[in-house]
Amino acid sequence: MNETNSLIQIKGLRDGLLVSLNDAPWDEQLSALLSRVDATPSFFQGARLALDVASQVLKVDDLVALRDHLSERGIFLWAVISESPTTQQTAQLLGLATRISKPRPEETRQFAVEDLGEETALFLDRTLRSGVRIEFPGHVVILGDVNPGAEIVAEGNVIVWGRLRGMVHAGAKGNRQAVVCALDFSPMQLRIADEASAAMSPQTQSKPQIARINQFGNLQAENWSPA
Amino acid sequence: MTAQVITVTSGKGGVGKTTAVANLAVALAANGSRVVCIDGDIGLRNLDVILGLENRIVYDIVDVIEGRCRLKQAMIKDKRLPNLHLIPAAQTRDKNAVSASDMTRLTKDLRSECDFILIDSPAGIERGFKNAIAPADRVLVVTNPEVSAVRDADRVIGILEAEDKGPGSLIINRLNPSLVRRQEMLSADDVLDLLAIELIGIVPEDEGVLIGSNRGAPVALDLKSKAGEAFRNIARRLKGEEVPFLDLESGSSLWERIQKLAGRR
Repeated sequence: MNETNSLIQIKGLRDGLLVSLNDAPWDEQLSALLSRVDATPSFFQGARLALDVASQVLKVDDLVALRDHLSERGIFLWAVISESPTTQQTAQLLGLATRISKPRPEETRQFAVEDLGEETALFLDRTLRSGVRIEFPGHVVILGDVNPGAEIVAEGNVIVWGRLRGMVHAGAKGNRQAVVCALDFSPMQLRIADEASAAMSPQTQSKPQIARINQFGNLQAENWSPA
Repeated sequence: MTAQVITVTSGKGGVGKTTAVANLAVALAANGSRVVCIDGDIGLRNLDVILGLENRIVYDIVDVIEGRCRLKQAMIKDKRLPNLHLIPAAQTRDKNAVSASDMTRLTKDLRSECDFILIDSPAGIERGFKNAIAPADRVLVVTNPEVSAVRDADRVIGILEAEDKGPGSLIINRLNPSLVRRQEMLSADDVLDLLAIELIGIVPEDEGVLIGSNRGAPVALDLKSKAGEAFRNIARRLKGEEVPFLDLESGSSLWERIQKLAGRR
């Protein structure tokens, strides 16, 4: 580790890089950062960068210069995090974010998948709580409960190894062959392709059920029994 | 020793967050712990009223954050319990006057001075809530045995998990055992079944809670109150004691108990 490296720390974020500086003089920090970038330009090329400047007090000029230096190197500075109110204000003035948020459950999750044909499935082994929405262009398998207020939208089938009490839409792009099944089948609302139904009659006993569009074109849920 | 920061939140309003904070604070303080409560509901402060300290407020949390006073100056000492302090919210400002890092810094300064820091979160899942949970070591989620309150609690637990605050511990407030027996109210089991997190206390419905709040004398100080006992038990559990849950059945009427004995329920 040379001295340059000890000044700055780089961490990967979900959607970019977080660079943390310390309270050493700003000029040193800046040149340390830039020389770090210049040492491995391909690593930084095209990166979304968030910068944690600790309690540095930075003026508009400083941040503008920094942003220019970075953009010359193909780096997009989007956030400056600071303990100093002055720096926070400066950053806000320049339209930079002043905090980086973690992924929130209320964010719609869209999972990027390569095209693996129709048989792609998303497997989640956790309970989906109220406010979570899962969208997926294939099948969805949940090992856990789907609580009221959670939503699943899948282009394929939906299988819940647990209690299904939220909203489920299977065959969302029009696949009328799609099915939804759950160990305890009491969805708030069920949709398959373009058919929708309000809550199925509440279950007195939890039984595994499977729902599909029957030969009359209606949504129907029936008890699952081992063949 | 460094203090534990405990934030009390719920999502839905009116389920008893502030009441829970006030009662846990007096219960912990009466038990010998040094406690500081922080009212995180900037603009709609209540905790001072429930603790009966409203008329002593000179400085508030925003004054501390904006540097108009020292931290000690904003700490109001309780009139009954000398080791209980309140940092009140500002009534004339809003949530934007405080940031999450302000809250973290404030609690950092307090940690060496006390055993418990209780933060009363505002309702909702917006900025005030985020501020209140930012410094928390532990989060208590308050809910009522009521579908909408449980739904909101579920949402809040999801956010807590996403923010790495753990799922939190659950307080079920205002449970009415006789309504539950008649199957007209969700039971504690129904609520736990859905939320699937650790239960730290069940507080029965008790008009004494309301009366105590209006008088500025939290019910946890009333040794005869069942709800007060429930809050005192939660306080002991927060200190790490193993305390069995209250038998709320014994509060039922004689006739209901006879029915129960006769096997009619």
